[in-house]
Amino acid sequence: MLDPTTRRDFLALAGSAAMLAVTLRPAKATPATMASAIRTVVGTAPVKNGKVKLEVPPLVENGNTVPMTVSVASPMAPEDHVLSIHVFNEKNPQPNIGNFYLGPLAGRAQVSTRIRLADSQKIIAIAKLSDGTFWSASVEVIVTLAACTEEPV
Amino acid sequence: MASALINVPAKAKRGEIIEIKTLMSHIMETGYRHTATGEVIPRDIITSFTCRFNGKEIFRADLFPAISANPFFTFFTTATESGKFEFEWIGDKGFSETASASIAVE
Repeated sequence: MLDPTTRRDFLALAGSAAMLAVTLRPAKATPATMASAIRTVVGTAPVKNGKVKLEVPPLVENGNTVPMTVSVASPMAPEDHVLSIHVFNEKNPQPNIGNFYLGPLAGRAQVSTRIRLADSQKIIAIAKLSDGTFWSASVEVIVTLAACTEEPV
Repeated sequence: MASALINVPAKAKRGEIIEIKTLMSHIMETGYRHTATGEVIPRDIITSFTCRFNGKEIFRADLFPAISANPFFTFFTTATESGKFEFEWIGDKGFSETASASIAVE
């Protein structure tokens, strides 16, 4: 039976167990696979920084459920609107987190959901606009308890 | 048993931007976890979520294992006329659920 003398000891132990699970996993998204996942969405078009706001807590205690909000500065008018928002990560087993497609009646280019993070890593959100340009934002997130790879109880 | 939670305002003014919240109860098994004996637990996730208003698509999402259990989405739409929102979730193992909500626009 585990005898956590202090909360800190317990967290350190839990953290190293999670790290072990992560290092044992062979298939994992890397910055390179994330880059290729991004290329399948944007093609050869340049991706500029700006317009997009990606809100994720910088320090995450539980990677199983991380609140995320992506919003894009856009008038959402027929001649100038956001077509889709794509979110990627670099260290989960898969580089994709979600693709969100907005219809003409979307009203506001903003979506919120809850995501899983397997490790401390960078997250990128890319928005596709009606004029064919791509805009992005990224955040670095520190994760204490990893998701995806933990063993069932 | 799958069940949906939907939050749509019952009334809105024409042209108002309204917020829609949806939650579908689902395990979202990633396919990357193992049992104690080392076997991979097969993936079981929702892969697609669609919201239509009076038959027209207003929001759609592709889901990956990185979406948390009980997928929750908040998004927005412009209220143009009274009508019905229809929500559809599709996933692995033949998962398919629908829900709907009505709005009165004045």
